[in-house]
Amino acid sequence: MRRLAAVVLPVIGLLALAPPAMAQGTGRQDAGTKVMLIGYLARQEDPRTPLSFLEPVATDEGLQGARLALADNNTTGQFLNQSYRLVEQVLPQDGDISAGVKALADEGVRFVVADLPADALLAAADRPEAKSMLLFNARATDDVLRNDQCRANILHTAPSRRMLADALAQYLAWKKWTRWSLLTGRDPGDALYAEAVRRAAKRFGGRITDEKSWTFDTGNRRTDTGVTTIQSDIPLATQGPDYDVLIVADEAGDFGDYLDGRTWYPRPVAGTQGLTATAWSRVNEQWGATQLQNRFEKLAGRWMTPRDYAAWLAVRSIGEAAARTNATSFDDLTAYLHSPDFELAGFKGEALSFRAWNGQMRQPILIAGPRMLVSVSPQEGFLHPVTPLDTLGDDAPESKCRLNR
Amino acid sequence: MRFLLSCTLLLLAGPVMLAEPVFAETIFVSNEKDNQIAVVDGDSLQIKNKIKVGRRPRGITLSADGTQLFVCVGDDNRIDVVDIASGKVVHTLPSGPDPELFVLSPDGKKLYVANENDNMVTVIDVADRKAIGNIQVGVEPEGMGISPDGKILVNTSETTNMAHFIYTEKHNVIGNVLVDSRPRVARFTDDGKQVWVSSEIGGTVSVIDPAALKVIKKIKFEVTGVRREAIQAVGIQMTKDGKRAFVALGPANRIAEIDTGSFEVKRYFLVGQRVWNLAFSPDEKRLYTTNGISNDLSVIDLERNKVIKSIPVGGAPWGIVVKP
Repeated sequence: MRRLAAVVLPVIGLLALAPPAMAQGTGRQDAGTKVMLIGYLARQEDPRTPLSFLEPVATDEGLQGARLALADNNTTGQFLNQSYRLVEQVLPQDGDISAGVKALADEGVRFVVADLPADALLAAADRPEAKSMLLFNARATDDVLRNDQCRANILHTAPSRRMLADALAQYLAWKKWTRWSLLTGRDPGDALYAEAVRRAAKRFGGRITDEKSWTFDTGNRRTDTGVTTIQSDIPLATQGPDYDVLIVADEAGDFGDYLDGRTWYPRPVAGTQGLTATAWSRVNEQWGATQLQNRFEKLAGRWMTPRDYAAWLAVRSIGEAAARTNATSFDDLTAYLHSPDFELAGFKGEALSFRAWNGQMRQPILIAGPRMLVSVSPQEGFLHPVTPLDTLGDDAPESKCRLNR
Repeated sequence: MRFLLSCTLLLLAGPVMLAEPVFAETIFVSNEKDNQIAVVDGDSLQIKNKIKVGRRPRGITLSADGTQLFVCVGDDNRIDVVDIASGKVVHTLPSGPDPELFVLSPDGKKLYVANENDNMVTVIDVADRKAIGNIQVGVEPEGMGISPDGKILVNTSETTNMAHFIYTEKHNVIGNVLVDSRPRVARFTDDGKQVWVSSEIGGTVSVIDPAALKVIKKIKFEVTGVRREAIQAVGIQMTKDGKRAFVALGPANRIAEIDTGSFEVKRYFLVGQRVWNLAFSPDEKRLYTTNGISNDLSVIDLERNKVIKSIPVGGAPWGIVVKP
């Protein structure tokens, strides 16, 4: 508890110096400290309840990542006379997105971390007030947002489903586990994930031997009868032509964690559960990640999730741009964020930057087991004329985003 | 493995014993994974001893009188003090949380420690074994350098991406210089006129004028066949005449030699995998490097400009110091 206080206090100290609202989102304080506002826009949701009891039920995913990055920005900012304030705008479950955008605009916020699903993100980005804002998509993995539905006022710090699927496919190709059986859940997102897996199979030499849909009802995670049915249901659900690896598309975590150890064939599970391709995982302690994990756990009292990480990247991107340019104006920072000079260290061994053609942050993708880091993609040998990172997801020639053409 | 090693010992024992002892130095290597300090005889290039220390030893340096080793043991949140003669930890120093790197004041009285988890530099009085001050710096303090007169301390912070210049008399920060991503090591030139700071993710070395607090040169590296992202600058050493500088390039598995007059890279030495840090022999005829992934020490002959040997030293060698 003393440690938590030590982390939070300096931040509060800086906030106390900051005047409440600034007309342009940036401004000058008496002592010469420039205060920058960063908005955080989200809607309340039912807490995500993991199947495994080892994982906590998190109610503040995303937000804690933004708060940590704000503290990091402020520690750096004190040496540059820059200070940051997070304007948290968390709407009720059925809250009106446009009201949220307007409220942020009224406070003078122009940089907004959007922890929203795709439809709500687009609704926010298309508001008139958002024309003079820059939104960071720290949540939605939908590829359509990086293609036909891309927007000039959005940068994506969350990876796309195609980036995740490509990262996994490269690793499976390296392993020569090329026969995949694909098991897809009922949510619309699961179908999109499965689509990204099919595309990745074509790109990296995988072959989908069989496709199935998950149609069983697993019931409450605590019921004893549930476990009995799972034991008999899963062999049935996974029976079919032989394969090397079972790929599961279950983004909400409704059943995927039940698969390992129960499948028809004695084969590994990968995808959204088992061996997962993910932007972030607690198992990563390489490249100085220990420090980020420690800082996060002191602040939030739980592990950092990919959603927290994407929000952290968004807020840190703004801080990094302000530190590098020694500027605080929205236009200067936005120009720098979009420029090839922008680089962010993200604890994954190399610099992260934004793709000019669709605003996607290029980043290594972790291949994580439930308890250990297994690998990191891109894998050696998948070559690219500019950077191997662009072998993940839509490369410039493939992208249907027409913003910068 | 052990069998192989003892065979090598036998083969080398003969000629080495006959030879004139040219290199009398002892090399100390901190093995991050083994929680040990490997003691290598500079004459025979054989491991003489392994000293058990706390968990995750990284930063390592010699006491002013050369009889003791200070070792940052990050996972135990302290500094172990090793008596070299007996090869044992004799006491510990209170470093604050997660010490990774430190620097000893030129008079040998104070240790300045970077606390990676706490955005702080801790000042330790070596004789009293007490922390006597804290200095607030940027996020993830790492590299530590000190001016030859002991007046200016430089700390790098990995996530803030700055070199913080600190006045040691009052423990106050007098200036901050922005460098490329993830600065790791800071080193003053012996004349005190420059500070070299390596950036791991940025893959560069920034040469800073400490009087003006400005970057006067940014040294970049390019190795044929190695992708740019794998070039990650970490350890830095310079010869006493100030003419040759050497920079470890991490997963590029290379040491770059830089002409300090022109700041041009003169050559690259291929060493072991993921090279972290480096140290000269006292006569500067050799350079030793710690290679974290290949678990060995590379020996570079600086007269012939050749890598002449690699010595397995244990799990994840990281820090290195040479005692004459």
